Amino acid sequence: MLNLAIVSPLIFALFIPFLYKYVRSIHTGWFVLPLPVLLFVYFIQHLPLEPYGQTIPWIPSLGMDFQVYMDGLGLLFSLLITGIGSLVVLYSIYYLPKEKEKLGHFYVYLLLFMGAMLGVVLSDNAMALYLFWELTSFSSFLLIGYWNERERSRYGAQKSMLITVLGGLSLLGGFLLLSVMSGGSYSIRDWIDMADAWPQHPLFLPAMLLILLGAFTKSAQFPFYIWLPDAMEAPTPVSAYLHSATMVKAGIYLVARFTPIFAVSSLWVWLVMGIGMATLCWASFHAARQTDLKGLLAYSTVSQLGLIMSLLGAGALAFHGDPSDRRLYMAAVVAAVFHLINHATFKGSLFMTAGIVDHETGTRDIRRLGGLLSFMPITFTIAVIGSLSMAGVPPFNGFLSKEMFFAAMVQVANAHWFSLDVWGILFPVLAWVGSVFTFLYSLLFVGKTFLGAPKPSEWPKQPHEAPVGMLVAPVVLAVLVIGFGLFPNVLSNAVIAPAADAIVNGVFRQEGLSVHISHWHGWTIEVWMTIGVIVLGVLLYRTFDSWKRVYGAFSQRLSLNHLYDTVVRQMEERSHSLTSRYMTGYVRTYFLYILSAMLALLIVTIVLKVDGEFSLSHLADVGVHELMLVLAALVGTVTTLVAKSRLVAIIALGSVGYTVSLFFVLFRAPDLALTQLVIETISVALFLLCFYHLPKLSRHEKGVRFRLGNALISLGVGALVSVIALLAYSEKNFASIAQYHIENAYEKAAGKNIVNVILVDFRGFDTLFEICVLAIAALGIYALVKLKAPKGENGKYE
Amino acid sequence: MNELILRTVTAVVTFIIILFGIQLFFAGHYYPGGGFIAGLVTAGAIILLLLAFDIKTVRSMIPISYRTLIGIGLLFALGTGLGGLVFDVPFLTHAHGHVMLPLLGDVSLHTAVLFDLGVYFVVVGVTMTIIETIGEEE
Repeated sequence: MLNLAIVSPLIFALFIPFLYKYVRSIHTGWFVLPLPVLLFVYFIQHLPLEPYGQTIPWIPSLGMDFQVYMDGLGLLFSLLITGIGSLVVLYSIYYLPKEKEKLGHFYVYLLLFMGAMLGVVLSDNAMALYLFWELTSFSSFLLIGYWNERERSRYGAQKSMLITVLGGLSLLGGFLLLSVMSGGSYSIRDWIDMADAWPQHPLFLPAMLLILLGAFTKSAQFPFYIWLPDAMEAPTPVSAYLHSATMVKAGIYLVARFTPIFAVSSLWVWLVMGIGMATLCWASFHAARQTDLKGLLAYSTVSQLGLIMSLLGAGALAFHGDPSDRRLYMAAVVAAVFHLINHATFKGSLFMTAGIVDHETGTRDIRRLGGLLSFMPITFTIAVIGSLSMAGVPPFNGFLSKEMFFAAMVQVANAHWFSLDVWGILFPVLAWVGSVFTFLYSLLFVGKTFLGAPKPSEWPKQPHEAPVGMLVAPVVLAVLVIGFGLFPNVLSNAVIAPAADAIVNGVFRQEGLSVHISHWHGWTIEVWMTIGVIVLGVLLYRTFDSWKRVYGAFSQRLSLNHLYDTVVRQMEERSHSLTSRYMTGYVRTYFLYILSAMLALLIVTIVLKVDGEFSLSHLADVGVHELMLVLAALVGTVTTLVAKSRLVAIIALGSVGYTVSLFFVLFRAPDLALTQLVIETISVALFLLCFYHLPKLSRHEKGVRFRLGNALISLGVGALVSVIALLAYSEKNFASIAQYHIENAYEKAAGKNIVNVILVDFRGFDTLFEICVLAIAALGIYALVKLKAPKGENGKYE
Repeated sequence: MNELILRTVTAVVTFIIILFGIQLFFAGHYYPGGGFIAGLVTAGAIILLLLAFDIKTVRSMIPISYRTLIGIGLLFALGTGLGGLVFDVPFLTHAHGHVMLPLLGDVSLHTAVLFDLGVYFVVVGVTMTIIETIGEEE
């Protein structure tokens, strides 16, 4: 059932194009909506949770099974994916007009993503997880490039693809290393059980770094975050769903899932906590300078992801020290999980309000917006709730998790391992600085958009409040923001505790801990930090215009985006110039490469590997028939070479082919003989058809060097093939499989023609792939000949 | 060149070749033959038509889209393989048995024939797609 739930969006995606094509009068989104809602209901029934797993064999011989495991962490993410997914689908119905948009494509991609994401968070088999992981990158690519006529969309799609797939490949490498360490298992739970013995393993460190690279690229951590702001070219529902609430949290999920394996390493703690903190500060600082509403939210997402990441890093400290310390750092894990939920609610609602503003005014440029309060009061209210929650102001849910974050960072400063007693103080300070800027950009988001003087002349459209249907989803999220803020303990033991328990591998439950989130703990240091954030944040906001010149000090040429653009451009140019050096466009050049490479490789192999003697003693005598056929083939070959016209050459070449088929007859291989005969006939016909297109005979073949080189290579290949044939016959290193086929062809496959039984049964897979190759070749030829660009229109591809 | 003789002969011979192809196809499991050869022979017959008549005439004689034929063939081959999964055996496991049919008597049936039929379609489709594409270019 769980497996089915994961693949159900993928299966449903198959029907979307038909629904879109034949039921045009109803918005396709209405058909999609029930699926995430049903899945959400299905997942929420798992509460209270008893972890369980299910396995469906997939490729057992490779250790790849569709093995799923439902625990607190998986359930939390599944609820987010399906819950936010339902709201996003509802929102998109009003956001994307059915008259203009390619809805068939959109919902296929969206469902593809939903299924893939569920697969990522519920798979226990690492290979299945990897496949789903890449599928999320892939669907994200398609969704960012959804408006593919826009240049920026294509740029953003390519950027996200390059960066996340780079991380994906490194993740695959990490999984393979872990599998080697575990002796061939691919189950993540097996790995966690075995992990105690691993820290001394030489592969431990490389595996950890590779997996972290995968997580950091996906979750847009510094310095890989640059793809996320460009991903904002996607339609807003997509930004709300993939690029804030779910997909970018896959990296968080990965770090959380692998915490029990790697947390014992000090490097893990430092990297996860340090990179997370750096991301938080860097991105929140830069979010304030953004002029695009969605750009601001993108940077804020990056910084919030950094916050959660650093909390997970602090949570890894729970694997160190004595039990009383453990409880302190376990609080960081709880904070991470809680903030994960809160971020999905407030950031989702903020993205949706940004989308509404864009939809109703026609622009998302902060410099052109302002004073929208009087035009769209409901949207304004939602934006205020979301922003204040993001800023960490009571009584919203963001306040609670922000305080827990401060508390955890203060605890980090108290830690006495891994040089944290010296450097640990940095963490609460940086956390506080990052939060000040978080407060600042939250105020900017609301202030610049809704407050101030209206500038109607700058707006492409006359704004008014969004339609009710479009408001439902953000209102639901805003209500959740308030609800979780006032009654956080609705979540604590039902959702947060099982998830935290999964992250620390059951220690949570063993220690008998429970989660209780309270609004007030007395005048603790966190409260003073929050007050400081609010005071300084307001101050910075009031004086923003006078100090924002600071941002100009960052040179564009030193930015990461500039680096990325340069690398990509250089790669394209260099590889193009390298390729054009040896790709001449002539088949004969390629033949030259292929044959000389084959010669070189095979000669080296024969010299190095073959040590048996080369005996010809057991070969049969050569009879008169064979001699005559050899003579005929020779005559044909020589005629082909010296022929003055193409036609003669083609016919002579055909005669060589027919002679070969006579050889097959002689050596009792009727199937081969038949095939060879027919193939020869057809290729002669083909040659005759296209011989008008072939270049004139004499043009290229004048030079002595050209002819000599060709002669040498062809003689070499001929000699080599003969040698290999004789060698294969004189050496019997292993038993031939022929006997098996002879014995079993009738027994197992009920056929008497062994050749055919091999083709369709014993090696049916080969045949299947071969006909696929044939099909691709035919379509390729068709495309090359038929679909070439009209001359002059696109010079490059003429 | 006087094409009368060629055309007259072609009209008769083509059917013989195609029938021979079909015979090769069904003989496949016991005697020389099979989907691959049969497909090539059939394609050869159509090419003979092409040589004797022009492309337009042949197309009106055999109104088949060869590119679609490739797809159908691949579906046959793949479908036969997937069919095994329904009966909980590995991909591409074949089944065979004897069935008593009216008029024909005891007939040996084998799912490999379906697979081979896919190969047959693909080979005909591929060969004819290539020949037609290149031939039309002149």
